Amino acid sequence: MKAPAFAYVKPKSLEEVFELLERHGEAAKILAGGQSLIPSLNMRLSAPELLIDITGLKQLANISLEAGVLSIGALVTHAQIEGSEVVRKHAPLLAEAVGHVAHPAIRNRGTFGGSLALADPAAEYPAVALALNATIFLKSEKGERRVAAGEFFKGLFETDLRKGEVLVGAEIPAQLKDERSVFLELARRHGDYAIVGLAAFKGAAGTRFAFLNAGAKPVLARNAAAKESLAEAKEALSKELDPPADLYNSADTKKHLAGVLLARAWNRLST
Amino acid sequence: MEQAFDITLTVNGTAVTRRVEARQHLVDFLRDELGLTGSHTACEHGVCGACTVRVDGQIVRGCLMLAVQANGCRVDTVEGLSDSKELAKLQKAFHERNALQCGFCTPGMLMAAQDLVLQKKKFSREEIRNHISGNYCRCTGYQAIVDAIEDVIQQA
Repeated sequence: MKAPAFAYVKPKSLEEVFELLERHGEAAKILAGGQSLIPSLNMRLSAPELLIDITGLKQLANISLEAGVLSIGALVTHAQIEGSEVVRKHAPLLAEAVGHVAHPAIRNRGTFGGSLALADPAAEYPAVALALNATIFLKSEKGERRVAAGEFFKGLFETDLRKGEVLVGAEIPAQLKDERSVFLELARRHGDYAIVGLAAFKGAAGTRFAFLNAGAKPVLARNAAAKESLAEAKEALSKELDPPADLYNSADTKKHLAGVLLARAWNRLST
Repeated sequence: MEQAFDITLTVNGTAVTRRVEARQHLVDFLRDELGLTGSHTACEHGVCGACTVRVDGQIVRGCLMLAVQANGCRVDTVEGLSDSKELAKLQKAFHERNALQCGFCTPGMLMAAQDLVLQKKKFSREEIRNHISGNYCRCTGYQAIVDAIEDVIQQA
């Protein structure tokens, strides 16, 4: 359970990161909080030749609010999000979700951008980003690309990040007064990977139910969201969700639990 | 590219400089290079919490941070906080409440618990449980550990 040998570099600027990515290509991996990457190294599931530690890029560690849009830098830690008054006020869904992200010691180092870039289907932020229609910012030597969360998550640990690009942050529209949101998750132990979870958002344009760990990537239950009654929504959900079984839960169990979460969210959004 | 680095950090108040391999995580560094074997290695993938140490005042998983990343940081381990008596109340409460049996998880448990004690709020048992949810104990069933932490939080 020891990581294989690798080289390490801690660049001082994004330009330096781009150069390193250009030079080392697939052999290099970006290290941010390391709370998923280092376990995978320790378990030898991954063996990069070079780790590019971007934690020195302090400009990526800020949360700001401007013109009704919340900007969260890639290096903002879970603990920062948890302690942020701005997030609590303007992105209550994210504030509710962060309490489910692992445990305090991990929240102190794990990052917002790392979670989005990894795209673990059981992770909270990708589902939150999808529910809130977040825009993800990617930078490379060529410039900046902005990708909607709905297009960013492609599959199991697979995103729209291209060769040479670094995820630098995301923008979330601040929640308006008459908008509602709720984050729910079922796990075997508080802070463990979710069996299934739900990030739900209700606004003037409609309701968005984004399920986590119910597929290879966060799943937007469009049909369920379009229904008038909870019974119809649950029926629609059971047809549009096809969650994979895991070590402890069958696909049917997960589907059932997703329905339980849908009912809880439905009731909270409509009261 | 370099695979080994000279790092300087402050461990339990003492400045140390060592050459480390990039692949070495912080707990192996503390244990193997500095002989501080109070922080334990067990799962080494962030699940058990036995390696919990404090870096720049925040608790972290020592197995999920590279030693090279601690360059320039202030690291506190269970040895340091024990010697400085910062953990004295918790240690006494753990003893009185029988909050350990084999003791393997105890250093990590104390580090996580002290993080809560330092926040100086009257946390509920539920909140205490949430806070130590990342620390596995395979002996006690947690009840006595929560009792001990609750005792110290009530005294504060």
